Amino acid sequence: MNIFVCVKQVPDTETKVKPSGDGTFIDTTSIKWIMNPYDEFAVEQALLVKQTNASANITVVRVGSVKDTEALRTAMAMGADDAILVQADDNLDSYMIAKALKGAIDKSGKKPDLILTGKQAIDDDCLQVPQLLAQMLNLPSVSVVVGFEDGGKLKLKRETEGGSLEIYEVDKPAVVACNKGLNTPRYASLPGIMKAKKKPMTEFKLADVGVSDADRRVKYSNFQLPPEKPPGKKMDATDTAKQKDVVKQVVQLLRNEAKAI
Amino acid sequence: MNFDFTTEQKEIKELALKFVKNEIIPKAQEYDEKGIFPKEEFKKAWEIGLINTCIPAEYGGAGFSNVDSILISETLAYGCMGMNTSFMANDLALLPIVIGGSHEQKQKWLTPFTENFKIASFCLTEPNNGSDAAGIQTTFKDEGSHWVINGNKMWITNAGHADLFVVYGTIDPSLKHKGISAVVVEKGTPGIELGKKEDKMGHRSSDTRGIRFNNVKVPKENMLGKPGAGWAIAMATLDHSRPLVASSAVGGAQRALDLAVQYAKERNQFGVNIGKHQAIQMMLSDMAMKTEAARLLTYKAAAMADQKIKNTEIASYAKAFAADSCMQITTDAVQIYGGYGYSKEYPVEKLMRDAKLIQIYEGTSQIQRLVIARELLNK
Amino acid sequence: MAKILVFTETHNEHVKTVTLEILAKLSGHSLEVAAIGEISATGVQELAKYGAAKIHKIKGAGLEKYSPEGYANALKDFISKQSYDYVFAGATSLGKDLFPRVAGSFDAGMASEVTNFVMDGDKFAGTRPLFAGKCYAKVEIQGPKPHFITVRPNALGLGTATAGAGAVADVAGNAGAIRAIVKEVVKSASSKVDLTEANIIVSGGRAMKNADNFKILNELADVIGATVGASRAAVDSGYAPHAMQVGQTGKTVSPSLYIACGISGAIQHLAGMRTSKCIVAINTDPDAPIFTKADYGIVGDLFQIVPLLTQEFKALLGK
Repeated sequence: MNIFVCVKQVPDTETKVKPSGDGTFIDTTSIKWIMNPYDEFAVEQALLVKQTNASANITVVRVGSVKDTEALRTAMAMGADDAILVQADDNLDSYMIAKALKGAIDKSGKKPDLILTGKQAIDDDCLQVPQLLAQMLNLPSVSVVVGFEDGGKLKLKRETEGGSLEIYEVDKPAVVACNKGLNTPRYASLPGIMKAKKKPMTEFKLADVGVSDADRRVKYSNFQLPPEKPPGKKMDATDTAKQKDVVKQVVQLLRNEAKAI
Repeated sequence: MNFDFTTEQKEIKELALKFVKNEIIPKAQEYDEKGIFPKEEFKKAWEIGLINTCIPAEYGGAGFSNVDSILISETLAYGCMGMNTSFMANDLALLPIVIGGSHEQKQKWLTPFTENFKIASFCLTEPNNGSDAAGIQTTFKDEGSHWVINGNKMWITNAGHADLFVVYGTIDPSLKHKGISAVVVEKGTPGIELGKKEDKMGHRSSDTRGIRFNNVKVPKENMLGKPGAGWAIAMATLDHSRPLVASSAVGGAQRALDLAVQYAKERNQFGVNIGKHQAIQMMLSDMAMKTEAARLLTYKAAAMADQKIKNTEIASYAKAFAADSCMQITTDAVQIYGGYGYSKEYPVEKLMRDAKLIQIYEGTSQIQRLVIARELLNK
Repeated sequence: MAKILVFTETHNEHVKTVTLEILAKLSGHSLEVAAIGEISATGVQELAKYGAAKIHKIKGAGLEKYSPEGYANALKDFISKQSYDYVFAGATSLGKDLFPRVAGSFDAGMASEVTNFVMDGDKFAGTRPLFAGKCYAKVEIQGPKPHFITVRPNALGLGTATAGAGAVADVAGNAGAIRAIVKEVVKSASSKVDLTEANIIVSGGRAMKNADNFKILNELADVIGATVGASRAAVDSGYAPHAMQVGQTGKTVSPSLYIACGISGAIQHLAGMRTSKCIVAINTDPDAPIFTKADYGIVGDLFQIVPLLTQEFKALLGK
């Protein structure tokens, strides 16, 4: 059984993001990169599948810049078997990334039985790649998955509005985009970190997987910080005697000044 | 001269930091307040390989260098100095076996720690002997096939949970330090009497107790090295353990610095955030300089141990400077937080309480200076 | 004048508000609307009022309920027969799942979850938040048409529109082969609108101390018609399920009113709610970062303030 896990490397959630000088992307000079948090659930799910099917092979695939291959190493330290890195800039659009992932999976020579991804990458927040990849590979896809059972067919729970669930029955192979709540990702272990050093990593250039600049569909420009809000009104209600008045005042302001209610 | 960590070291640090942020920091305040022993966190840290870093690869350990070990310890202490005391105590207890044990002893006592989650205690200090370790009063009496242990130990970390105790005593008090020896005592051996859990100022999650050894019989083969070899083992252990303890202080200091910097950017007084006031800037700069200086000393001491260069003097620099700096830095963090810093709702007062102990245990800051002076004057 | 299709979803008798927001914003272009399944008379009226010239109801076997492949196949079929320049949809739970697939089937580009856009003549240029709103950028689409765009609910607001003819047509749809089938839908116990579409949100943080205490937020939410959310700290502490999490690794929201209770305002949380139109923060710490984003900050204990707020709103709204 061949499992592919697609991971992305994104700026740490605690990072302060600044636009680059020319406004075409963000300034990446002092950014700490981490594995996209949702991708950790995908890696964990692959490892859980492997626990019940020891012959399964887990390949992690990443499209991105080579200055750092932390996400792939982390995934292998958690237990993935091998990795593919497609070297590319960090500002590809979803279409290019999906096409590069498809190209890498095709080139691996392994026929996928299951493809796992995070439900979204927390950098561009597009939520497109899993579905696009499925469309390109002509596979079914289910996104925002919070429940996973494999009994020949996959039984998946997809979280929809307000915490409602759609229960899917899915033919394999399929693309499954994982959400928080699906499982608890394990930590890479220290012996795992040592073992990961010896695991194979294949590297491709973007052209090797059939992607060129002509594939760009979405163009970004004019990156900027959100406008700062002018300071609001702060009222002290630590004194219980004043609380009622403060609350009354805020409610009136919400109605008359902000017209929010 | 190269100040860079290897790729693996960076990954180890990342892993430890992630663990600390997810598992340690969210619990630290509560465990401190209620004095809860961090058994679950201890076990989780063991599962991913952050514990017992001193065990050599041939006995099932990861084969970490001293630098690797202190990288982990510094990071765990960044989350909670108190919990790190519990975690680190395993290393302090196992180090004498690593240093002074025979091949069979290492197989018998080190390997099980790599196979199952176990806790160890190091028993040196006594009610009447702290810094004056050579004046130890616990006795090991030779009874043919056994040693019989009698004596009281004090301030023993992890005592209430330990599976194994490494106990220092003397085969003959008149021999002074030449009589000092070390034996391994397994949990459940008759005559081990645990005292009550100490109610401490800081490091409140670590389990600290007195222990009375009342006619405790252990087989002869439980002695590490020859009778009387204990002093040499203890001294060699300190060369490894002092950088480890120093790294705990570095971790605590870094936490205090990070929190103070963050608060200085948030807290407004006189219409600007307090980080804009020079008085605060001076304090933050001093804190940052001292933290980094302590870190460099600590890593140097560990790197020397890795290169088998005698590091006694530098290890004492590191222990004293890191502990004293940590005390100063955590105190300054409370000062920067002002009234909020003094409240238990905010994290810095705990750091200040925790810092104090590092100046005291594993050789007080004064003892470190005696060691340094002795090394300086005897050159 | 561009030829534009707006995909709509229905909610009870009504079409989802985000459709109307999009229609109003596109006023002046040739506007058609498509839905999979039925649209009520009320829905048709709403769509016409906001400018829909034609309304297509796509129906057929396999389209009775949602499936990513079935809906995508039917839409692909329908759209291929027309010559739309743009296809718009709301960035709802369904829209986010479906449209990348549809766009992919045309090898076409898609701009996800824009919060604003302009049509410069016939050329679309959008604004969208990235890095959970820590940054904004201009987004344009190139390559084969139609171009696809999803729009964040509540972001555009309901502009004024010129009414359209609202001519309704039934279209025979083809679901094709479906390999991922929805077997069952488990409705959440909450009848509230989803966080991402909510007009008012009341959120609780770590200071809620436990899951039970969220009932005081629920009481307030009931009075003002809000959906209840939570910070990551509260979710990680087990006080609330992840479906309620607002922030970078949860949901990004932009309601008209956001009431943050006992939330300090970590950067991940601020990223997820900073585009809220009006923010109220309640916190004991006067220096909590949340106050820098709040229009109205109340320094005080949420356990005392929130019940007072509930009381005041009750009086105001005559409940």
